[in-house]
Amino acid sequence: MKVSYYPGCSLHATGKEYDQSMKAVSRALDIELKEVDDWSCCGASSAHSTNFDLSIALSARNLVLAEKDAMDVMVPCAACYNRFKTAEHHLKADKDLKAKIEGVVGAKYQGGIAIRNPIDIIYNEIGIDALAAKVVKPLAGLKPVSYYGCLLLRPPEVCQFENYENPFMMDKMMKAIGADVKMWSYKTDCCGGSLAISKTAIVVDMCDKLMSAAKEADANCVVTACPLCMANLDMRPSEGKKLPIFYFTELISLAMGLPGSKDTFKSHIFDPQPLLKQLGLI
Amino acid sequence: METFLEEVNKKIHGVPLQACYHCRKCTAGCPMTKHMEYNPNKVIKMIQNGQRDKVLNSSTIWMCLSCETCITRCPNQVDIARMMDVLRQMAIETGVGAREKNVLKFHEAFLAGMKRGGRINEPFMMVEYKLKSGDLFSDAMIGLDMFMKGKLSLLSPRTKDMKSVKNIFEKTKNR
Repeated sequence: MKVSYYPGCSLHATGKEYDQSMKAVSRALDIELKEVDDWSCCGASSAHSTNFDLSIALSARNLVLAEKDAMDVMVPCAACYNRFKTAEHHLKADKDLKAKIEGVVGAKYQGGIAIRNPIDIIYNEIGIDALAAKVVKPLAGLKPVSYYGCLLLRPPEVCQFENYENPFMMDKMMKAIGADVKMWSYKTDCCGGSLAISKTAIVVDMCDKLMSAAKEADANCVVTACPLCMANLDMRPSEGKKLPIFYFTELISLAMGLPGSKDTFKSHIFDPQPLLKQLGLI
Repeated sequence: METFLEEVNKKIHGVPLQACYHCRKCTAGCPMTKHMEYNPNKVIKMIQNGQRDKVLNSSTIWMCLSCETCITRCPNQVDIARMMDVLRQMAIETGVGAREKNVLKFHEAFLAGMKRGGRINEPFMMVEYKLKSGDLFSDAMIGLDMFMKGKLSLLSPRTKDMKSVKNIFEKTKNR
């Protein structure tokens, strides 16, 4: 299949491992990615926290650009995904707002393409069996807990993610690539990402709590699909609390033995390579 | 004259706050209540009571993480996360400002960065935040580590059609 691709700011910087592994995995699964031309930032928390019209218009600009390619748009960053789904929701529900925002953006919004996150695309379009069939090196010994966070799931009528209080798609993918995924009750708890820079001490506590819960579940790492959760959980927990954090696509890439799959581990803040070496996975 | 409750309801543009029957499910699920001056349910009650100044001056509205657990669990679909956005915007527009100054300074630095290049350049955005907040030295070691690992690029590509981005900021400016 072919989809538009909106990387967003994080995937070009702090979340570059997600971009690299997403592209490698997409290639291997025959998902062709076409980057949205001349995209701009979605506005993230800062726009919607301070100016509603700005937040909708910034997302609408990108949706209008993506519509030119007339394909579903894959949005790997959970924050961008949430903003686009929110804008879509309001623009479709409120005609007056739509007219106003189209005036601001200077273009018509059709609402004709689906905004999709890669978990949904890989799980529903490629399928677990096809994914499992491509595994050359099952990730034996790796014991992740799946961490979905907030922005992929909430609010449910906007995000339309399956089982928003206890999602399982990423868990099933981890199982398919040979990891011993652990159950825990914190899949959808907030890590505090949006206040990580301005209220750091509070957010360190939140990250520590998540790491302790993961260890109690007998996990030796955490897997996520959000670059903000990744950055936060990778750098904020206190010394002694930290665990290796992975993007789900990094682990799929490793299990498929894709070229460059080991490179992305080098740029994590908390080095996951000792664990992977100990398990004989790299 | 419009009451505070009517004004907030109009801006939320969804289920009115009168639909809240104070079951406190929002508050039970909120990860930030212990750091909040008033819990989310109390904020709804205060709006119903017309306590405009107290609400807009509270730190609560700036401590909300926008995790949206509250609206997910509200039995009456009251959009409390959207309510917090509305209250923050009202605090800015009416000149009350932000009780949690650094939270707003971060948002301002983020949006200023976007206005410059259409996309966020993290090192420049962080420098701007640090100068605004005066919090100069926290995260310096992490920043250096990230830079060495190639996660902070000084020359990330910008949006080409900057006119369209600037136009959006201009046309949606808070009065």
